[in-house]
Amino acid sequence: MNSPLSAPSSPSLDRRSFLRLTALAGGGFVLGYSYLKTAGTAFAADAATAAAEFAPNGFIRIASNGAVTLFSNRPEIGQGIKTALPLVLAEELDVDWKNVTVVSEPLDSTGTLQGASGSTSVPTDYSRLRQMGASARAILVEAAAQTWNVPAAECTTSAGSVLHAASGKKLSYGALVAKAATLQPPDSAPLKDPKDFRILGTRVPNVDNAAITTGKPLYGIDTKIPGMVYAVYEKCPVFGGTPVSANLDEVKKLPGVKDAFIIPAGNGPTAGVAIVASSTWAAFSARDKLKVVWDEGARANDSWADMSRQANELGAKAVDSDSPVFGTAAKVVEGNYSFPYISHTTLEPQNCTVHLQGDRADVWVPTQQPGQVRTAAAQALGLQQNQVTVHVTRAGGGFGRRLQTDYASEAAAIAKRVDAPVKLTWSREDDLHHDYFRPAGFNFLRGALDASGKIVAWRNYAVNFGAAGGGRRGGPGGPGGRGGPGGPGGPGGAPGGAAPRGAATLLPAGGGNAVFGQVAPGGAPGGQGFQGGPGGGGAGGAPRRGGPGGGRGGASFPGSFVGGFANATGTVVSAVPTGAWRAPGDCTSAWVDQSFLDELAQASGRDPLEFKLDHLTAGPAGAYKDRMLGVVRLAAEKAGWGKKLPKGQGMGIAFHSCHAGYVAHVVEVTVAKTGEYKVTRVVAAVDVGSQILNLSSAENQVEGAVVDGLSASGFQSLDLKKGRIVESNLDEYPMLRMPDSPPKIEIHFLLSQNPPTGLGEPALPPLAPAVCNAIYAAMGKRIRAMPFSTADLKWA
Amino acid sequence: MKYTLNVNGQNQTVEAEPDTPMLWVLRDHLNYVGAKFGCGVGMCGACTVHVDGDSQRSCQMTVAEAGAKKIVTIEGLSEHGDHPVQKAWCDHDVSQCGYCQAGQIMSASALLKSKPHPTDAEIDNAMAGNLCRCGTYTRIRAAIHAAAGAK
Ligand code: FES
Ligand code: FES
Repeated sequence: MNSPLSAPSSPSLDRRSFLRLTALAGGGFVLGYSYLKTAGTAFAADAATAAAEFAPNGFIRIASNGAVTLFSNRPEIGQGIKTALPLVLAEELDVDWKNVTVVSEPLDSTGTLQGASGSTSVPTDYSRLRQMGASARAILVEAAAQTWNVPAAECTTSAGSVLHAASGKKLSYGALVAKAATLQPPDSAPLKDPKDFRILGTRVPNVDNAAITTGKPLYGIDTKIPGMVYAVYEKCPVFGGTPVSANLDEVKKLPGVKDAFIIPAGNGPTAGVAIVASSTWAAFSARDKLKVVWDEGARANDSWADMSRQANELGAKAVDSDSPVFGTAAKVVEGNYSFPYISHTTLEPQNCTVHLQGDRADVWVPTQQPGQVRTAAAQALGLQQNQVTVHVTRAGGGFGRRLQTDYASEAAAIAKRVDAPVKLTWSREDDLHHDYFRPAGFNFLRGALDASGKIVAWRNYAVNFGAAGGGRRGGPGGPGGRGGPGGPGGPGGAPGGAAPRGAATLLPAGGGNAVFGQVAPGGAPGGQGFQGGPGGGGAGGAPRRGGPGGGRGGASFPGSFVGGFANATGTVVSAVPTGAWRAPGDCTSAWVDQSFLDELAQASGRDPLEFKLDHLTAGPAGAYKDRMLGVVRLAAEKAGWGKKLPKGQGMGIAFHSCHAGYVAHVVEVTVAKTGEYKVTRVVAAVDVGSQILNLSSAENQVEGAVVDGLSASGFQSLDLKKGRIVESNLDEYPMLRMPDSPPKIEIHFLLSQNPPTGLGEPALPPLAPAVCNAIYAAMGKRIRAMPFSTADLKWA
Repeated sequence: MKYTLNVNGQNQTVEAEPDTPMLWVLRDHLNYVGAKFGCGVGMCGACTVHVDGDSQRSCQMTVAEAGAKKIVTIEGLSEHGDHPVQKAWCDHDVSQCGYCQAGQIMSASALLKSKPHPTDAEIDNAMAGNLCRCGTYTRIRAAIHAAAGAK
C-alpha cells in the first residue's frame, strides 16, 4: 500500500488544469507534476527510473515491461469503488484489464483528501478519469506515430498496443514508454464512443477478492505496527455525561495493563477513560474491572417511551381540522407512522491506530472522510494538519458511520499520552451505545381524495428528535430542514438548547401551534409553518439528499405531484446523537410517503400501480417525472404486475429518487396465517444514468441495499432508558440473516441519457414501503411502525 | 501461561492469560488476522475457524480450551487460496466490504465437508450464524452451490 508515488486526490482537476499540469510535466514530467511534488524524497528515487516509465498523471503508470498500475484514491467501504474507478481509466487508456494492478493511494498530507459519501464518487470522477485515460492513450498513439513516421490519425489502439493497419505495424505500450515520456500531451484527446466500451458495463470482479478470501490484513483493525499497544475507551453511557473518577490504580495492576487514565472534556474527543494494554484482550478484560463514577449530566432520565409519548402529543395537537378541503373531500385518509433509532453496525467495529513521533503522526483508519480524520487527529494531538499523515485502510462497512471522526479523535488523544503506536478498538457494545444513530421520527399524515380519485390534500406533520435549536452533534440538517433546496427550512426552534429538559417544541416557532392553514404558495423565509404546495418548497430544484425527513418539497414526489401538499415539523428534545445513515433522510421518508401513497391508492379503490402512474403522469414535466415513470413501468412489467395471487400472497410497488438515482421496487411477499412474512422476490428497476461502470458491483450494491432495507425496517430498533441505549450486542439487536434473505433479487438497469451517478444509496429507500405495500395486498393490514417484526400480521 | 497450539498445521507457543479467546490469540499473538472480530459473543460468525474440522466461533473458545486441537484459519484453508469455496467466492464476486467473508468461507467449507451437495434450506441453516452486514447472502448461496458442483 505504501507506494512511493503519492498522488492524493487531484484537486478539482478539470480539463484545463489537467492539461496544464501535464504540459508542465513534459520531459522529466513525473517530478514536474504539480500535485506530486510534495512526495519529496520518496519520489526523487523514482526520477532515476522515470525514463523507463510513463506516468502521465497521478492515476496511471505504465512500465517499460507493459505492466499497468492504476491508482484508486477513494476510500473503499464495500461500495466497490476501488475497482470501479480504475475501470474508467483502463477503458479510455485501452489496456487489457488482466494486465492492470490497482493500488490504493496513501493520502499525502498536503493533498485534498477525498471522501466516500452520498454516492458522489462516480458523478464526480467519471468524466475526469475518462479524460485522463484518453489523454494518456493519445500520447502513446503519438509516440507510435512518430516512431513509425505515420500520421497519428491512422493509428488505433487495442488492449495495450498501438496499431497501424496500413503497414501492419504494432507496438505495445511498454515499448512506447520511453518515447511517450518525452512528449507533450495533445490539446484534446478524443473520448471513446460508449458503444465501443469493452470493459465498462461488464462484470469485473473486485480487485481485492484474492486478498479478502485468503485473510490478508486489509482492514483498519488488522493494523499492526512494531511496538504497538492496544487501547479501549470507556465513555459515559448517558450522552453528554463525563467521568468524575475511576479505580485507575486497581486497573493498572491487572495483567497486561500498561496505563489507564481519564481524558477530560476539552478540545479532543468526548470525555472518557482509556486503558492501554499489551493486547486487545488484556485491554478488554481489564475494562470489565473498571469502575467509573460518572457525572451523567442533564439527560439521565430520558427514555424512548417518554419521547414517543411527547411526539404523539405533538402529533395530536397538529391535527388539521380547519382546512376546508377535508370537509369537502370524497375520502379522507389518516395514518401515523413511526420509526426508531437504529445503528449503523458496520461489521468491523470502529478502530484507529495512531503513531505519534515527535512533531508528526501517522494514522491508520477505516474512514469515509480522510480529510476530517486528519483535522480531528491533528486537533487532539496538538499538531498542524500537515504533520499528520492519514493512511486509509479498507473499511469493513461504512453506511455513513465512518463519516464521523470520533474514534480517530479518541485514538489520537490516547496516543498523545502513550509512548508507542497505539491501536484503539471499540467493542460491539461501544459501537451500539455510541453511534451517531439513524434519526428516529414520527409522521402524522392526513390526505384526501376527490370524487374522481385524485389526491387533493397531503399533509404531513413530522416530529423529529434533537436539540431544540438545531446544532445537534453530527445531525445532517437541523429539525427544520425539509423541503427542496431553497426551502425555508423552518426557523430552527428555540435558540440553541434554551428549551428546558423534556420540552417539546413545535415548529414553526412563531406560534407553537401547528395547525395547518393555507398551503404556502412557495417558500417564504423562516417562520413559515410548512413548506411546499405545488411548485413550492422554495426553489424547487432537483431532489436533494435531505436531513431527517428527506426531500419532500421541490420538483419531486410528493411535493409537486399531489394536490394540497404541506409539510410541518415539530421537535422533541433529545440528546441522542444522530448522523447520516445510508440514504440519510430518504431511508425513512420514502417509507412514510410511499406507504401513505399506497393507503390513498387503496382508498381510491383503484389498482395501486395505475393510481400511482396517473399521479406521476399528471405532475410537472421534467427529468424527475420521465425517469421515475421509466423505472416504475419497468419494474411493474418485469415483475408481471397484476397477476392474480391467493390470499396471503401479495405484490407491492414503491419508488423513490435520491442521490440522483431513480429506483422502483416490486416486492412479493407471503404472509403466513400465523403472522410471519417472507419476502420471496424483489424486482428492482434502477436508473443511474447512461453507463454502469461495473455491472457486478452495481448489482451487488442493489442486492445489498435490498437486504439492508429489509434488515433495518424488518428487525432493527434501539430503546432508550435512563438516558442510555438499552441494546448492547447483536443478541439484542437482531439483523437479517441468510434464512430471511430473499431467494430472488432481480435487477434491471434502465440506461437513460443522463450522466452516470452513484449507487451506494438510492436502491435502499423504496424497499421498505414496497414490502409494506405487498403485505397490505397479501392480507389487508397496513404496517405503520418500524421495525415490522413488531406488527401483528395474523390473519384467518 | 504458556500454551502450545496447533494452528494451520504448525505447533506454535504463545504466552497468554488462560481466558483469552482464541480469536485474540490468533490475531494479536500469532498474526493470523483473517479471523475477524465482529461481536465477541458468538453472534456474527466473523471469527469462524475450523477446530478439528468443524466450524467454530474463535471468540467463544479460550486458549486454555484449545489444547492440542487442530485449528485451521482462513490463512490455512488452502495453500494457494484455491480451495473450491475460495475460488467460487472470487468467481461470484461475493464480497462487498469483505469483512464477514473469511468467516463465511470457513462456515461454508465446513458445511461442504459434511454435506457435499447441500440444498438451499441446508445452506440457509448452516450459514445462519454468519452475519453479512452488506447483504451478500444471495451470492453466498450461489457460490456455495457452485463450489459444491466443482468438487
Ligand atoms: S466475533 Fe465471534 S461470533 Fe462475532
Ligand atoms: S461483505 Fe461486508 S459484512 Fe459481508
